[in-house]
Amino acid sequence: MSRRAKLVWLAAALVALLFPLVAARPTWQNTAILMLMTAQMGVAWNILGGYAGQVSLGHAAFFGAGAYVSTLLSIKLGLSPWLGMVAGAGVSAGLSLLVGWPCFRLKGHYFAMATIAVGEIVQAVVNGWEFLGGAVGFYLPLQEKGFWGFVFNRSKLPYYYIALGLLAFSLLVNWAVARSRTGYYLRAIKDEPDAARSLGVSLTRYKQTAMVISSALAAMGGTLYAQKELFIDPGSTLSTSLSIKMALAAIMGGVGTLAGPVVGAVVLTAIEEASRVAFGGTGRGTDLVVYGGLIVVIAVFQPAGILGLFASRRGPARAAPAEAPAKEAA
Amino acid sequence: MSPLLLEVRGLTKRFGGLTANEDVSFSLSAGEIVGLLGPNGAGKTTVFNSLAGFFAPTSGDILLEGRSIAGLPPERVAALGVARTFQIVRIFKSMTVRENVMVAALLRHRAVPVARRKADEALAFTGLSGRAGDPAGQLTVAEQKRLEVTRALAIEPRLLLLDEVMAGLTSSEVHEAVEMVKRIRDRGIACVVVEHVMEGIMPIADRVVVLERGRVIADGPPAAVASDAAVIAAYLGEEYRAPGP
Repeated sequence: MSRRAKLVWLAAALVALLFPLVAARPTWQNTAILMLMTAQMGVAWNILGGYAGQVSLGHAAFFGAGAYVSTLLSIKLGLSPWLGMVAGAGVSAGLSLLVGWPCFRLKGHYFAMATIAVGEIVQAVVNGWEFLGGAVGFYLPLQEKGFWGFVFNRSKLPYYYIALGLLAFSLLVNWAVARSRTGYYLRAIKDEPDAARSLGVSLTRYKQTAMVISSALAAMGGTLYAQKELFIDPGSTLSTSLSIKMALAAIMGGVGTLAGPVVGAVVLTAIEEASRVAFGGTGRGTDLVVYGGLIVVIAVFQPAGILGLFASRRGPARAAPAEAPAKEAA
Repeated sequence: MSPLLLEVRGLTKRFGGLTANEDVSFSLSAGEIVGLLGPNGAGKTTVFNSLAGFFAPTSGDILLEGRSIAGLPPERVAALGVARTFQIVRIFKSMTVRENVMVAALLRHRAVPVARRKADEALAFTGLSGRAGDPAGQLTVAEQKRLEVTRALAIEPRLLLLDEVMAGLTSSEVHEAVEMVKRIRDRGIACVVVEHVMEGIMPIADRVVVLERGRVIADGPPAAVASDAAVIAAYLGEEYRAPGP
């Protein structure tokens, strides 16, 4: 990491740590929490979708797995949601193995379509399964039992710092993966899968590794969501629009980069909140219109995302389309 | 005679009704350079794809030091010491030149810093050190081909399959490529070279195998093959007829 990048990260961390102390209004804090949670989801998605280039549009299934596992363990067995978070990550990783085994036989768009199907199937199963709350979902008891209870209703601050901590942890995992052997292999698989194989890289093994890490992190975000909202149902934790949101945060900021999903999540959440304020309660579904519009704009004008704008000023963007530098050279 | 490194026995590959290779047999000793020649569509790249694990042969066998590798996936074949380049270059464009080679070096050296050092050694060997930090997409075609060779070498193979690494190069670049292949052989790595550029392959090949319509029509030292009437008719043209005895 360059000196400049380190300084930017340090500054961002300071701002994030001090923000809720400066901005005391609950609505601001709530928006900031949404940004952190969206960023964390985006980072989780980015490991598989950005670094390994395997675009999943069913990641809500993993997010939901985290939310449902911790909630069930908490309601039925009285287990601390913190342990539920770990269990949820494990269940989600296991689920990703089941999903990956057939889906990784497909490439490119076909993989993306298969993951949409997986997301929809999981949603349909939960909708029809009484044990999992069916379409009604679950309410979690609104009573504080200290840190291990993972319920805080007097102030939003604990959620803010937990969300920040989880984002920091996810970024740390991402950073460690990116600079490891696996990280190099994932980028190679994304660029030229056949060439990667010819150099001894097993596609299935490393795609699966990325998916296990990605789904486990997504599940941890799911547990945090459940504990913050104290209510989960298939619509809020398993929907395809949530899957798209995870992908969009990363794509908007810049796929395959550490900071991309964070930048994307901040901008995306700001746009969402603004449209919610503008359209009010009648605006249900406007977020989908916004997502659709953003996807078109990014695909047409800025495939490298927001970070790509800065990169192209300093030189050819790493994530920019391959033709761009060639044209400049010619 | 040195022990056989590679033995191809009766290799046949069909795609539906199309027979790309039929009963192809040849062998290679350690440290040998064999040229694989033939007109377009003769099945040279299909042989490569079968050797490198990208195709499973319809019948026949491929032995690497006596062990069958036919039908193994590419990553396993690579781990056993067979490296390849691609006819149409497939470099990792979002990475730097050094990172491209590191991906390969990581096969034998799991620690990233060690792989980086090995990658730099390989880049020095092929003369690309000056470009190590550049994005791979910025290289010229000749450099991209050299990068593919560098990457293949970095998996520390016993057998290197070079697929038209000299096509489209200027004559001085061909000369450099020839020198590089010789230095690779001098390191004890055997090479199978698919090439249309005769100036590139004839002077360095120990033996030449000529394919036509999927079958082997000649196998022998370059001089003998170049004077073979069938080969001249199929492929070379009168220009390359070796002076008669």
